[in-house]
Amino acid sequence: MTQNSENNTMNATPLIEMKNIEKHFGSVIALAGVSVNVFPGECHCLLGDNGAGKSTFIKTMSGVHKPTKGEIYFEGKPLKFDRPRDAISAGIATVYQDLAMIPLMSVARNFFMGNEPVKGVGPLKFFDHQLANDVTMTEMKKMGINLRSPDQAVGTLSGGERQTVAIARAVHFGAKVLILDEPTSALGVRQTSNVLATVDKVRKQGIAVVFITHNVRHALAVGDRFTVLNRGKTLGTAKRGEITPEQLQDMMAGGQELATLEGSLGGTV
Amino acid sequence: MSETNIDAIQDERVKQRSKFREALVRPELGGIVGTILVFVFFLLTAADSGMFGLAGTLNWSVVSAQFAIIAVGACLLMIAGEFDLSVGSMIGFAGIIIAILSVQLAVPMWLTIILTFMLCISLGAVNGWLVIKTGLPSFIVTLAFLYILRGLTIFAAILTTRKTIIGGVKDVAEGDWLASLFGGKVFTGVFTWLGENGIIEVFERGNKKGLPVVEGVPMLIIWAIILIIFGHILLTKTRFGNWIYASGGDAQAARYVGVPVNRVKILMFMFTAFCATVFATCQVMEFGSAGADRGELKEFEAIISVVIGGALLTGGYGSVIGAALGALIFGVVQQGLFFAGVESSLFRVFLGVILLLAVILNTYIRRMITGER
Repeated sequence: MTQNSENNTMNATPLIEMKNIEKHFGSVIALAGVSVNVFPGECHCLLGDNGAGKSTFIKTMSGVHKPTKGEIYFEGKPLKFDRPRDAISAGIATVYQDLAMIPLMSVARNFFMGNEPVKGVGPLKFFDHQLANDVTMTEMKKMGINLRSPDQAVGTLSGGERQTVAIARAVHFGAKVLILDEPTSALGVRQTSNVLATVDKVRKQGIAVVFITHNVRHALAVGDRFTVLNRGKTLGTAKRGEITPEQLQDMMAGGQELATLEGSLGGTV
Repeated sequence: MSETNIDAIQDERVKQRSKFREALVRPELGGIVGTILVFVFFLLTAADSGMFGLAGTLNWSVVSAQFAIIAVGACLLMIAGEFDLSVGSMIGFAGIIIAILSVQLAVPMWLTIILTFMLCISLGAVNGWLVIKTGLPSFIVTLAFLYILRGLTIFAAILTTRKTIIGGVKDVAEGDWLASLFGGKVFTGVFTWLGENGIIEVFERGNKKGLPVVEGVPMLIIWAIILIIFGHILLTKTRFGNWIYASGGDAQAARYVGVPVNRVKILMFMFTAFCATVFATCQVMEFGSAGADRGELKEFEAIISVVIGGALLTGGYGSVIGAALGALIFGVVQQGLFFAGVESSLFRVFLGVILLLAVILNTYIRRMITGER
C-alpha cells in the first residue's frame, strides 16, 4: 500500500489540492494558511488537537465555508463552492460524526436520502422501494454488515455500523473524495476497527480519503500521509514510515508540554 | 478480522423476531387497536340505538371525515417536524372570507372559492416562512397566528355585517359548479334506487316520504378519502415523502445530503392550510353560513388524531393511515356517546383517556421499531 501511494504521489496530479487556505471569522483567524493535497487511493490523515482548525478546514473543503484567501484545485482545475450541494455534485462527500444518519428512518430510506431512485411515467414518479432495498442490502453486505431487513430502522444499528452505512452511501453515489470527520472518536474498540477496515476497503477502490482524527493510533492504522494542524497552520506533512507515533503526538500537542507529561503517563495517551 | 467473523458476532447479538411480531410492529398499530376497541365498545353498548344503521353510520362518518381532513394536513406537517396551531383559526377565517366575498361583495362563487384557497394557502406559506426564517419553534409562531387570524376573522365579520355569523351562502352557491364539489352529494341515484327497491330504509311520512333516509354520500367524505389516499401515497411512495421524513427526523443531517428542508417544511405548512380551507368550504356549503367562531379547538383535535395514529410529536415518524384511524376513533367516540345516551360532557374524559393510552402504546411500539433504549 505504501509503495502504491508513493507511486501516486510521484506521477498523478492530486485529486484535490488546497493551497494556503485562510479563513477569518470577524477578528478571529481560524485558518492562517493551510495547504493539503490528496491523491486518489490515498488516506490522508488530518491530525490536530481541539481548536487546531480541523473542522473549519474540512468545512471549507466541503463547501460549507468559503475561504477568505487561498485556492482550491479539484482534478487540476480551480474550483469554487458556493454551497455544500456544489461540493457533493463535484464528488466530495463528507460523513459527519453525529449527523450521518436519521435514527427513526429505515436503513434503505437513509441510504437513498436526497438521492431517491424513482420510477414511473411522466409527472407521476414513485420511490422505487424494490431497487432501494436491493441496493442497500448488497452494499451493506459488501461492507460486512448483515441487515435483518432494509426496513430496519437505523436506530437499531451501532455507532460504527451507522458510520459504515454513511461511508457506503457516499461511495455508492460516486464520491471521489471522502471526508470523514472524527468517525472513530465516539466508538468502542471493535466498532473502531470495523470503521478502519471500511476506510481501507474504500481507499483500495481508488477513492481519496481525508480522515480527521485526534487519535494518533487510529491515524497510523490506516493513513498513508499525515498532516498536523496546530493553531490554524500546517505544521507539516509526513509519509507513513517517516514518523513515529511519539513525534506525531508531540506535534499535535505543540511539542514541549506533552513531552514533560509523557514521563509520568508512561506513553498511555 | 475476517468478515464472516464479524457477521457471526453480530448475528448472535441480534435476537430473531417472529413474523407475527414483525407484522405487529408498525406505526398504525395503536390506531388499529383503538379502532377495534371503540367499535366493540359501541356495538355492545349502542347497537340498538341506530348508531350502526344507515343514518347513524352517515352521522359518525361525516364527523370522522371532518377530523380526517384536517388530520391529514397536521400529520404530514408533524412528520416534517412542525406544528400548526392556527388550523382552527384558519377554518374560521376561510369561512368568513367565503361569506364576505360571495354574499357581501357578490363575487361569483367559483371565483370566491379559488380566491379563498389562494389567500389561505399564502397565509400557510407565511407561517412556514416565518418559522424557517426566524428559527423559532413553530409552536410559538403558529400560536401567534391562532390569535391574529381569529381576531381578523371577527373584525372582518363585524366590519362588513355587524354580525359574527354571515348567512345566505346557500342562495349564492346554488348551481355553482365549484361549490357543488364541496357541498354536494354523490351517488344519489344509487341511494334512490336502493330506497325504491326496499334495500335501505326510506322515510315513512312527512314531505320526504318514500325518499331514502340517506340521500347520498356527502362530498366531505369524498374529500377525506381523497386526501387520505393522496397523503399516504405522497408520504410512503414518493421521493418527496422521504424528504418529509428526513426533514422531521433530523433537519441538519437532511440538509447535508442535499434535501431541500426549508422548501419541504413551507410546502407542508401550505398543505395544512389547504386542508383547513377544504374543511371550511365544505362546512360553509353545508350550513349555508359562516361563523367567526367556527373551527375553535380544531387544531388540537387534529393533533390528537395524529398522535393517536402513532405519529411522534417531535417529527420524523408517523403514518397518514394511522392519523385517519385516529380521526375515525375521534368521530365514533364523539357521536357514539350521544347514541349510547351517555352524558356528553364525559366525551372529553373518554377522549383524554384514549389519548393517554394511545401515546403510551405508541411509545412502546416505537421503541421496539427503532431500538431506542
